[in-house]
Amino acid sequence: MRKLTGVIVLVLLFGACKTNTTKNTLPIYGQRTAVTKTVNGQQVTDTDYQTIPAFKFVNQYGDSTGSKDLEGKIYVADFFFTSCPSICPIMQRNMLNVYNEFKNTPDFKIISFTIDPKHDTVPVLKNYADKLGISGNSWWLMLGARDSVYNLAAKSYLVAVSEDSTVAGGYMHQGYFVLIDKQKRVRGSYDGTDMKQVNQLIDDIKTLQAEPAPTAQ
Amino acid sequence: MKLKVISGICFLLFVLIVSCQSDESIEFKRYYSAGAIVYQGHCQNCHGTNGEGLSALIPPLTDTAYIKENLKSLACNIKYGLKGKINIAGKSFDDAMPAEADLTPIEIAQAITYITNSFGNKQGTVTVDQVNEDLIKCGN
Repeated sequence: MRKLTGVIVLVLLFGACKTNTTKNTLPIYGQRTAVTKTVNGQQVTDTDYQTIPAFKFVNQYGDSTGSKDLEGKIYVADFFFTSCPSICPIMQRNMLNVYNEFKNTPDFKIISFTIDPKHDTVPVLKNYADKLGISGNSWWLMLGARDSVYNLAAKSYLVAVSEDSTVAGGYMHQGYFVLIDKQKRVRGSYDGTDMKQVNQLIDDIKTLQAEPAPTAQ
Repeated sequence: MKLKVISGICFLLFVLIVSCQSDESIEFKRYYSAGAIVYQGHCQNCHGTNGEGLSALIPPLTDTAYIKENLKSLACNIKYGLKGKINIAGKSFDDAMPAEADLTPIEIAQAITYITNSFGNKQGTVTVDQVNEDLIKCGN
């Protein structure tokens, strides 16, 4: 009988530990492939996760910025345009909460890609940033070639964007905030128009910050 | 007998006044609650759940003095959009507000009633007749 109680206690303890760990780990999104490497003469099978490819654009200060500046950083990406009449203002209002929470954190950034490069030139982006009340380098508004931005959105950040003359503003886009970890992997996607989900994003950023650095391979 | 007649008349008057008031307040409530839905669908994304606006990009709707002074222009501003610099709550705003051309006069009246009686404003009912009158000024 006593043995049985002991076993039950152990099972319960194990169960408790397990739920704790799953709760504090964020999933890794995207495609994954198994790769077999030879390490020290031994065959080792490892998982390669989908990562955000290299890109080089211009930010609201006219500086050439891109994936190199995001290496080893946690960042949140979204897609917008300055003349957007629909969901952008509500997204920016929610993103301001994220900005205010982490603006003094050195390993964190927010990257907002414009999907209207014809209209959103560097001065337009700078003016927008000033009016939004953002300064410094923790939130970049990025301007890049239309096709590269649309490709990144659809294939890497998994956000649908397109030109569409039938919608207000002329562009269709989803309002997701995409969370990227220090290894350039997608770790979460949140509806930027929903304050509850954005609060979850803020919590998840803290979880990512607490995640141990990957061991050198 | 006299007392009965007087008190009877008083009672009738009382009923009349009460029912008149509630007619008015029923009209107000109809406009206001319908206006809340128009606001959610056409205004809230930019101006916010609490009419707070967005930094220096989108003005708040909480400047009661501005709302009071510009009450008669609100219908035109909503229907045809607004361009140029305006000063609201001590800040200047100069980005364009898009036109809500598809809104009908009754929807505009409902939205204005909602806005001008929320976020600290208290302007009473703005009826569809008033909106039609206001729209003549900017009608093309």
